[in-house]
Amino acid sequence: MWYYEKKLQYPVKVSECNPRLAKFLIEQYGGADGELSAALRYLNQRYSIPDKVIGLLTDIGTEEFAHLEMIAAMVYKLTKDATPEQMKEAGLGAHYANHDHALFYHDAAGNPWTATYIQAKGDPIADLYEDIAAEEKARATYQWIINMSDDPCLNDSLKFLREREIVHSQRFREAVEILKQEQDKKKFY
Amino acid sequence: MYTPIKWYHPYASTADPCPPIEWKYYQTPPNLYLGFQPTGLPQFPLKEALYKGTLWPVLFDPYPSHVRGEDH
Amino acid sequence: MKPSQEQINQMEQIQQVDFALVELTLYLDTHPQDYNAIQQFNQLAVQSKQLKGQYEQQFGPLKQFGGSFSSYPWNWIDSPWPWQM
Repeated sequence: MWYYEKKLQYPVKVSECNPRLAKFLIEQYGGADGELSAALRYLNQRYSIPDKVIGLLTDIGTEEFAHLEMIAAMVYKLTKDATPEQMKEAGLGAHYANHDHALFYHDAAGNPWTATYIQAKGDPIADLYEDIAAEEKARATYQWIINMSDDPCLNDSLKFLREREIVHSQRFREAVEILKQEQDKKKFY
Repeated sequence: MYTPIKWYHPYASTADPCPPIEWKYYQTPPNLYLGFQPTGLPQFPLKEALYKGTLWPVLFDPYPSHVRGEDH
Repeated sequence: MKPSQEQINQMEQIQQVDFALVELTLYLDTHPQDYNAIQQFNQLAVQSKQLKGQYEQQFGPLKQFGGSFSSYPWNWIDSPWPWQM
């Protein structure tokens, strides 16, 4: 089972009310390579992967939920107290019409989250390569959002999340190495 | 040692309506080069690691990269 | 009630220690034989528990379902929630 902890993984701060940035950030909330997709992808794959890497998938999947909460915190802060007029100007008029200030699992273009974003092939190498690719795509998405954002506080949190993608990719690459290892060889590490 | 950023010169046609972007950059972060992480690598101090996003300097990849565009 | 600077500072200390624990966890998942890293992990786990005990006495429980003790009245439901801080 899972326990909720009443704390963010990282001290998220934003400089000002800025619903336009929230619109971009939603990509990492309900987008194909977002944090929801990541968490569900790894926590689903772990049931059909060799025991040696179940721990890694469980732990990275769990950390992704912490990242999802960070993204939600950023969107919450960027849009809190924004007037309908401000939402409209930020390109969030359609969002406001449907959801007011509620968060919704969709991407920056408004496409709702779908299970087709995540793969589970049941082949350990195929699934881990999918995970590595997902981490690199999430890293790229954070880069594009940082490139468009002029909020230094927000960028600080986004740089943290981008760095986490690099570490996760590193660990998944190591998981591939573990599964590649000849079974009669002794481990060195 | 590796460089965290690479670039290329995209083809530009006189018929392209937008002013051409001379150089396109892409990131090549440390996880592409490290291999299986060796044991006992140096760590950031505890109080710094959180703000770096990693415990190990070898995996730290600042963005945007400082070298971006310096040579071109 | 707005979070005090003291609460924010103590939370940040917890975030620093817990982050190292996350990093070591993922590392140990692929390096289960690294004795020194396991020692560091266990030391930081003790430090994390101490910091959280101290925080919870002043600012209320961090974990639910028995992971933390409650004072009276039930203060798990008190603001601020993490995204509000």
